[in-house]
Amino acid sequence: MRAIEPWVLGPLRTFVAESSARIALLMTTSGQVVAQHGFTGALDLMAAAALGSGIVASGSELAMEMDWPPFRVVAHQGERQSHLLAWFDTPRGRWIALIVFGNETKLGLVQVFFDRMVDELVSAAPPEASQRREVLAADFERELNTSLRALFGR
Amino acid sequence: MTTGYAPLLESLTRLRGIRGAMVVSAEDGLVVAESLMGGIKGPSLAAMAASLTSRASELAVKAGLGAPRFLHLQAADGSLLVAPASSDLVLVAVAARDVPLGLLRLEMLRMAERLV
Repeated sequence: MRAIEPWVLGPLRTFVAESSARIALLMTTSGQVVAQHGFTGALDLMAAAALGSGIVASGSELAMEMDWPPFRVVAHQGERQSHLLAWFDTPRGRWIALIVFGNETKLGLVQVFFDRMVDELVSAAPPEASQRREVLAADFERELNTSLRALFGR
Repeated sequence: MTTGYAPLLESLTRLRGIRGAMVVSAEDGLVVAESLMGGIKGPSLAAMAASLTSRASELAVKAGLGAPRFLHLQAADGSLLVAPASSDLVLVAVAARDVPLGLLRLEMLRMAERLV
């Protein structure tokens, strides 16, 4: 289990243990990975984050077209594995969670523990720094490398 | 409450000492219909009851007993009662300490047969 920001680890670790989720991925709405559990390859992780944020974005657009409130949760039930994709608001902005689970647990249980994790993340989030620095290309590359090291330990 | 199951749940919650009743999807642990007193968290109860039922079923089958017909979890302040139905649904009731459990069990088994 790895996270860009250490305060995410506690709630995520508890969630994975309680829900028996096989894979958990937290990301921003732009697909930037915040934390992950269960992924072993960088490419899979980045693809999952991009697809997850894309699904949430297209679902929100679809809901807007229909004059519905945006879908908060999308669940897909497979024969051996299922997944839950949901967005939630934190003091650090809107995040998305992709949770993959097997037949050893249930969608209802995953949802109950997921809601608890969201509450814990919201409580644990430190206040965001009030001043933002200008983003330079060199900073971006350095931060990207730091993030990849944090997520994969490389 | 889902209209189709409303009369069934209402007749169960009318019994003395029943604090709530639910119809739960056994496979995913989600609430199908509920009639609960305040203070009982429906989604949590549904998820835990479905999980308990599936673990108990596994245990009973491994012990060579076949699928369980009724589960009774007795706690300090009351009981959780679960009657698995044949159609991937479970009937769940939360009962206070002083309920006539025999009558309640019979009633729930009868109702579980009617769940479709």
